[in-house]
Amino acid sequence: MSGNEKHHSTGYGIYIVVWLALLAFTSITVTIAGVSLGRYTLFIALLIAAIKSALVINIFMHIKFEEKIFKVFLALSGFTLVIIFLLTFFDFIYR
Amino acid sequence: MANEIAALPVREAGNNFYHQSTNKHTGILSWLLTKDHKRIGLMYMIAIMTFFVVGMIIGLLMRLELIAPGRTIMNAQTYNTLFTLHGVIMIFLFIIPGLPAIFGNFFLPIQIGAADVAFPRLNLLSWYIYIIGAILVLVSLFLPGGPIDTGWTFYIPYSVRSTTNVSMALFAAFVLGFSSILTGINFVTTVHRLRAPGMGFFKMPLFVWATYATAWIQIIATPVVAITILLVIIERAFGVGIFDPALGGDPILFQHMFWIYSHPAVYIMILPAMGVVSEIIPTFSRRTIFGYKQIAYSSLAIAFIGYLVWAHHMFTSGMSDTARWIFSLLTFIVALPSGVKIFNWVATMYKGSIDPQAPFLWVMNFIFLFSIGGLTGLVLGSLATDIHVHDTYFVVAHFHYVMFGGTGTIFFAALHYWFPKMFGKMYNKKFANAAVALFFIGFNMLFFSKIYYGLYGNAEKIL
Ligand SMILES: [Cu+2]
Repeated sequence: MSGNEKHHSTGYGIYIVVWLALLAFTSITVTIAGVSLGRYTLFIALLIAAIKSALVINIFMHIKFEEKIFKVFLALSGFTLVIIFLLTFFDFIYR
Repeated sequence: MANEIAALPVREAGNNFYHQSTNKHTGILSWLLTKDHKRIGLMYMIAIMTFFVVGMIIGLLMRLELIAPGRTIMNAQTYNTLFTLHGVIMIFLFIIPGLPAIFGNFFLPIQIGAADVAFPRLNLLSWYIYIIGAILVLVSLFLPGGPIDTGWTFYIPYSVRSTTNVSMALFAAFVLGFSSILTGINFVTTVHRLRAPGMGFFKMPLFVWATYATAWIQIIATPVVAITILLVIIERAFGVGIFDPALGGDPILFQHMFWIYSHPAVYIMILPAMGVVSEIIPTFSRRTIFGYKQIAYSSLAIAFIGYLVWAHHMFTSGMSDTARWIFSLLTFIVALPSGVKIFNWVATMYKGSIDPQAPFLWVMNFIFLFSIGGLTGLVLGSLATDIHVHDTYFVVAHFHYVMFGGTGTIFFAALHYWFPKMFGKMYNKKFANAAVALFFIGFNMLFFSKIYYGLYGNAEKIL
């Protein structure tokens, strides 16, 4: 690490909180897999996955504290992923 | 982090080309432990060209088997194995890493005035990962169970049920993917952080632009196939039922995930080749490139649109009609940025004083063969005609016109174009010209005939 980099001492506390949150979301996913939610099943599964990845990307991968360019490129990659999901639904929904 | 990269020691350029060791070792170790992008590029060259020869010999054996009906020199299982190996070797070991790993490594830093790539150690690691992946492919051939026989697309459900060493070969492809990702990360970072002072984005050579766009595909698309491959391995090991319909899985999901990577991978193969064309045509036409910015942008556009068309590989696989026409429509959009490049290249040659040396002749080969590849692609991209020719030799012909007529010829073009720069001497020009002619005749004899009998219904996977 170079000297003049901004230091963000996130502290172990927040990491443990995030980790617990991830565990909680995972257990929610597993639990509701057995519950019939009808057409909302996929939506809720994707929502939970999105929240979990947002936590990992921002905190564990430190993107929240990085320069803007990393966020822009990550957003572009995420945007591509969303388009890929949408296009896949044209098969899944109308099949 | 930014400062860390910028603070990389600048090596004394000039008298220190790759002939001299840049580490404390001499001899073979000075190569195997090198962090010099030029040496790593050359190490890639040796490995990749070795596998190219292997893949070519396998192709030759397949054609020999097909020279007469019935069994000629091998049994059906051996043929299926060679069929798969030809694909796996040529795709994952030759054509995907070919241009970026050899010429990208060697010339990208030079062309933007950087001392090396941004992460030289990672660069060496990517070579080792490539070698490990290749060794895994080789090992999978000799383990009990026998070599993989699924075809290079590893389609479900057969790839779950085949008793050959599918998991090991899949794992090899998984490992090779990481080599590709590391190269991509290196190139993106190098282009953003290590351009020489004054070298703005729109002053970069077009080969750099193409390699930069390619690097983004390598970073974003490759993880998708890595995940897909892992899921198949898990499915084989534990019978989870993600893809196998017998276990409640969805085989079309596999095809989606496979092609979400493998169509953009086509652009990993072809974009750097287009970058090389944008270098060679101005050189041998003695003119500056026509439409520099458009060509640069079209590389980015191709990289992006490449993500939107994958399901054109699945028109007859049973996906929904809505998806079929949407993907057919999107596929035709790829023609726009490709057309921009072609017209700009032709406009560059217009009124130029053309010097038809070997690299230029290879490029002419490319334009002719790649055009046939593109036009046969229109037939395959249209729903109705695709149904007639799907799974026939027409597809094989299209694929080889695009990949070998496209990227393959440009591999040779780049080799000739940069040969003097890389090795300090000129190739034998007569020999080189004869090679172009021989290639042109042989290639068209082999693959134009396939267009013909594909149209008459000769199936793709046949013995
Ligand atoms: Cu495609």
